[in-house]
Amino acid sequence: MYVYILRRLAVAIPTILLLVIFSFALMYSAPGGPFNSERPLPAQVMANIEAKYGLDRPVMVQMADYVWGVVTRFDFGPSFQYTDRTVNDVIAQGFPVTLTYGFWSAVVAVIVGVSLGIAAALRHNSWLDYLAVGVTIGAQALPNFVMAPILVLLFTLWLGWLPGGGWAGGIVVNACDPRDSLCWSAFGGAIRLDYVIMPVIALSTSYMASIARITRSSMLEVMNSNFIRTARAKGLPMRRVIWRHALKPTLLPVISYLGPAFVGMITGSVVVDIAFSTGGIGQFFVNSAFNRDYSVIMGITILVGMLTIGFNLLVDILYAWIDPKIRY
Amino acid sequence: MKMTTLLKASTAALLVTAGGAALAQDAMTGPNGEALAEEQVFVYRVLDEHSSVDPGIVEDVSGSEIVRDLFEGLYNDSKTGETLEPGVALSHTVSDDGLVYTFTLREDAMWSDGTPVTAGDFVFAWRRAASPELASPYAWYMELMALENVAEVIAGDMPLDALGVTAVDDRTLEVRLTEPLPYFPQMLTHATTFPVPQAVVEEHGDAWTRPGNIVSNGAYILEEHIPQERSVRVKNDMYWDAENTIVERVTALVINDENQALTRFLAGELDRTEVPAGQFPRLSEEYPEQTISFPRLCNYYYTFNLREDGPEAFKDVRVRQALALAVDRQVITENVLAGGQPEAYTFTPAATANFEVPEVEMASMTQEERNARAQELMAEAGYGPDNPLQFEMVYNTSDAHRSIAVAMSQMWAQTLGVEATLANQEWQTFLDARNSGDFELARGAWCGDYNEASTFLDLLDTGSGYNDAKYSNPEVDDLLQQAKTAEDPNPLYTRIEEIIAEDMPVIPIYFYAGNYMMDDQLIPSWPVENVQQNWYSKDLYFVAEGE
Repeated sequence: MYVYILRRLAVAIPTILLLVIFSFALMYSAPGGPFNSERPLPAQVMANIEAKYGLDRPVMVQMADYVWGVVTRFDFGPSFQYTDRTVNDVIAQGFPVTLTYGFWSAVVAVIVGVSLGIAAALRHNSWLDYLAVGVTIGAQALPNFVMAPILVLLFTLWLGWLPGGGWAGGIVVNACDPRDSLCWSAFGGAIRLDYVIMPVIALSTSYMASIARITRSSMLEVMNSNFIRTARAKGLPMRRVIWRHALKPTLLPVISYLGPAFVGMITGSVVVDIAFSTGGIGQFFVNSAFNRDYSVIMGITILVGMLTIGFNLLVDILYAWIDPKIRY
Repeated sequence: MKMTTLLKASTAALLVTAGGAALAQDAMTGPNGEALAEEQVFVYRVLDEHSSVDPGIVEDVSGSEIVRDLFEGLYNDSKTGETLEPGVALSHTVSDDGLVYTFTLREDAMWSDGTPVTAGDFVFAWRRAASPELASPYAWYMELMALENVAEVIAGDMPLDALGVTAVDDRTLEVRLTEPLPYFPQMLTHATTFPVPQAVVEEHGDAWTRPGNIVSNGAYILEEHIPQERSVRVKNDMYWDAENTIVERVTALVINDENQALTRFLAGELDRTEVPAGQFPRLSEEYPEQTISFPRLCNYYYTFNLREDGPEAFKDVRVRQALALAVDRQVITENVLAGGQPEAYTFTPAATANFEVPEVEMASMTQEERNARAQELMAEAGYGPDNPLQFEMVYNTSDAHRSIAVAMSQMWAQTLGVEATLANQEWQTFLDARNSGDFELARGAWCGDYNEASTFLDLLDTGSGYNDAKYSNPEVDDLLQQAKTAEDPNPLYTRIEEIIAEDMPVIPIYFYAGNYMMDDQLIPSWPVENVQQNWYSKDLYFVAEGE
């Protein structure tokens, strides 16, 4: 097992390196640059800027220097666009926001999705099953860029219950008063829960639907397998059959789905970030691509790449733990 | 007993009324005696995160809005934008040859940490803005100001202290130019010329503009900044005119999506947001009190590629004329945009200060006359049903630009049988294509850097960096050169527009209008006459309801 983990980690390094090289090449082949504007800058001014950010060196040298900075100091360089911030600052600013609503989305998606899937499978071909299938198909078909404006219209404009966007000052210490019932504090920061509700609904719904559908079909298959038949023949109560015997194998496909899905959620949805103006990492990612803010693009790409590799590894380990037949 | 109580009560009531009235007189009236709202907090939407709040670096509109609040330069724009008001400078004198400006600074100008603002702070800021070390994208503005030795300083060939700006003493600033610029004082309301606190910059480096580090001399100080989310500025009590500053707190919220912003405005979360494209007629009908439209100092046009290797057809002035004539601008402004935008038949907006719009023939014709004339010209140029003109028109990706391009190509197809294909490009790709001449007909737009016609007409100068079409007419170049030093350059500008109307290197379509949804209590103080929209929060106030 440990050898396996080490081997996987060893493979991760060249993977990340390839990711860096590909992203760098793609980025530099895109037309334009971080300092292009409508009125082209005078040659001398442009030369000064390029010298300041080292953009006057050969691309290979820039890349090698960049990778060296990341590897040795975990330094992603300065942002070209936000001159008083480094990429590390940008990530430190945006990632906790996305992590917060992404984490809660994952929790909601798993709890609701798995419960709905199991309930539908156990009442196969009943009204509950049809309802669950209908709801999940509907939820999957409704894209979050449609859902987000509807949520704002409903909860902000018509009902006036929730703020229409923003992050109430972001994750900073004492962003809200801990005595406030809507204030949730953890990890040295605090957020107002009312700002999190709509992003979580918008982000979790389609994941929830996928999880429900995977759980349902997996559960149906498991319930028809021989070991469940044996368990029921023994006269075990249904609750025990489900909890002790059926649940674990049912969740296997859900877990393999969850690895990449969880990364997708915590690195944020661009749509959710933009619709609710959260200031999360997705917003930085898209804007940096439009503005050719090279260092921010690279920093976030590497972050997402590392998280994807990390969570895929975690899923494989969980697999081995859940299914005794799997050995690495 | 009864009597006394009554007396006491009425006396007390009288006292309260008198006290209340006195208080209202003091704090609760606006500059014109209006009753003010109790809460003076301004929250507005910005499309995008600003680049910086460092005066030496800032280059975008939303950043400049914040910088104008945080810092104060030598002069401020007046509410109309046509005259100057004293800022840190009270007045100036100019030498006879127009090359040396001497500014007298006010004594009560303070940094937010309580130290006085001196001429040395301006010297430091200007040298810094031009320095190769800072490498500011706006160093070109220092060049535009024609400061002595500026090009050499930017190139690093001369030390910073060779720049034509000197502190004679703490209250006297001397500026030396290489050519007399009639509009030099107007250029001083621009952020690049604002003072910067040397000690703070040296202590914190690039991070000096962060809340907590930043020290500024404007009416506000930066309290909070969360990139891509919000930036908050609060009233600066050290500001020399703090007692007349009414708005206590200003928040800029980054909201990328204009429709989400509109919903949040309607839910009362914002005091100002842009009207989403095409929604002006509906909103002004539903919310007449909160919808405003006013002219802006920006033009919208299409430019022909006139380079050597550009399309042959566009080298024929008759083709250019015909295409310009056949665009029914009224349809575009009234049906496509529908936000009070004026039609454009010249390159310089009519709203530009002191600019006299020339009598352009095209403007006085009816659209039927224009179409007939266009058809004649096309036929003369040799294009017709058997030989239709074909070209590609390119614009940067946006719904509004697409609608206009579709309308234009349809007009050309119907009137002239022209086959124009549409192509949209993402912004950076678009800039690259236009700059390298890789286009046939391209969209363009320009907002004036200062309120004078040359900010637009310079773009048609042979040597201009923004002249992507490579239009070149020696007469235009010569007139622009003369205008730089002319006592009254406006007749020259009018003459240039007449030449452009003949040569037609660009197709002017319309001039921008500012379309906002705005809290009706804020509208009375909003500087709608300021076509550049250089607004200062210190001049804003919310009137009391019903006022």
